[in-house]
Amino acid sequence: MPPELALIWKPLAAAVLGGLVCGVVGVWVVLMNIPFVGVAMSHAAFAGAVTGLLLGINPLVTAAVFCVAASLLIGPMAERADIEPNVSLGIIFSVVLGFAFLAIGLMRGPRAEALNLIWGSILLVSARDLALMAAATGAVLLFLGLFYKELQAVLYNREIARAVGIPERALFFAMLVLCGLSVTANLSTIGGLLIFSLIVNPPSAAYQLTYRLKTMYLLSALFGVLSCLVGLFVSWLTDAPAGAVIIITSSAVFGLCLLLSPKRRAAAKGRGARGEGRGSEARE
Amino acid sequence: MTAGRQGLGHDPNSPGGIGSCPAPAVSLRSVSVSYRENIALRDVTLDLDRGDFCGVIGPNGAGKTTLLTIINGLGRIISGNVSVLGEQATGANFTRLRRRIGYVAQQERVDPRAPISCFEAVLVGRCGRAGLLRRLKREDHEQARAMMELTRTFHLAARPVGQLSGGEARKVALARALVQEPEILLLDEPTSNLDPRAVRELGDLVVDAFHRFKLTVLMVTHQLDHLPPVANRIIMVRNGRVTYCGDRSVLDQTSVMSELFDAA
Repeated sequence: MPPELALIWKPLAAAVLGGLVCGVVGVWVVLMNIPFVGVAMSHAAFAGAVTGLLLGINPLVTAAVFCVAASLLIGPMAERADIEPNVSLGIIFSVVLGFAFLAIGLMRGPRAEALNLIWGSILLVSARDLALMAAATGAVLLFLGLFYKELQAVLYNREIARAVGIPERALFFAMLVLCGLSVTANLSTIGGLLIFSLIVNPPSAAYQLTYRLKTMYLLSALFGVLSCLVGLFVSWLTDAPAGAVIIITSSAVFGLCLLLSPKRRAAAKGRGARGEGRGSEARE
Repeated sequence: MTAGRQGLGHDPNSPGGIGSCPAPAVSLRSVSVSYRENIALRDVTLDLDRGDFCGVIGPNGAGKTTLLTIINGLGRIISGNVSVLGEQATGANFTRLRRRIGYVAQQERVDPRAPISCFEAVLVGRCGRAGLLRRLKREDHEQARAMMELTRTFHLAARPVGQLSGGEARKVALARALVQEPEILLLDEPTSNLDPRAVRELGDLVVDAFHRFKLTVLMVTHQLDHLPPVANRIIMVRNGRVTYCGDRSVLDQTSVMSELFDAA
């Protein structure tokens, strides 16, 4: 293998896997109208990782534990009628952020490793990181393939999905856990603070362009991968932080799709006809 | 409280339907429901026979929708027992029972940009029956097409489900409920906010489905003139209590109706 290729194949693979998995789980987050899940998850992963560094435990293990715990808290809290889902997510967000800063504050010596988790370092991705990302991506795609029709029903309307006899609560919680594991797997490459954008921007861009769920999955994954590859390339050329360029690219893709969206007129027409804004029937 | 139907009735003294008579479609015993400090239903006991077309009437906030949702398990009871189609309904078996209960929710607001077509929305009704890890088959698609044709919505099949008028959306929701091949059909204010023509069309479709598939129907409404003549049972709900469960002659008693709606 040529030395240049040996250097670049791991970051390239990480870009493809990270963009792909974030693009897919992002479709769930966007269609269920819970973008704060991405924020809470990414910060939970970050808090878990720095806690792991503080305690001398593998940070990815603690990040995964924090993420799964956060997802198991978010699910039941989001269903409580007396707390708005975004309020419960905001509470979880503040708790995990408190843990993260506490752990950073208690660290002794250089904090470079902890700060790296904020921005990520896709150019320095290890074989172990890649294996973890591949496992997370495989798990998400397997789940999607096995339960595609049920997930479509849940994304359409959770109440209706439950009413027709689909175990939607179990599927909803599984989606949250997989979302958390995907965030964890991408923590060291994209970064704990920036990955939220990679979960929200590509599916939001895809949402502007299609009325078909399968196409939305494909476009979202494509935009995710494209953003990561562009970010990697620009970083390679200019020494700019890859995570930041990835997020700026994905935001630019969203802006472009919004401008070109054939749905804008349809949405305005639909709202005008009904005299209402966007509603989530699952939480009527 | 039961009103026997030929071949479908049961002994009111035997609520579980033990013996040669089929069990009632729905049997509630001392059921109460609360949302935090608000009691939505209090100590409700009633039986509904199979084949009944039951109108659930009452003022806004009386507990009509809650009554429907405890039958398909979307609402949670705090005390009492619910039996549906002869089975004691518990958390464990409700997922299976729901596959036999069609449900048209009060208002299904969908983002006009949502990436799901009407046909896919109707197919959702087959997902529970098909079961986990099983793909929908050609028969499922044919059944969805048949129910869309029955509800005269097949021309909307490719349209995004968020871009329907109120009447079209209710018909598509009805198609989705019917594609489950339900034994019980729950309709929550299906005719609210529709123009008179849409009310008439939807009513005709519901009555057609009721006869064609020999359903047990519960239709919630607070507009008495929207209840089709075929509705043979009336349940009156006020302040979380069932104040009447019997034949439709009560609808002609002006004083009773005035008391029901004016006292709210």
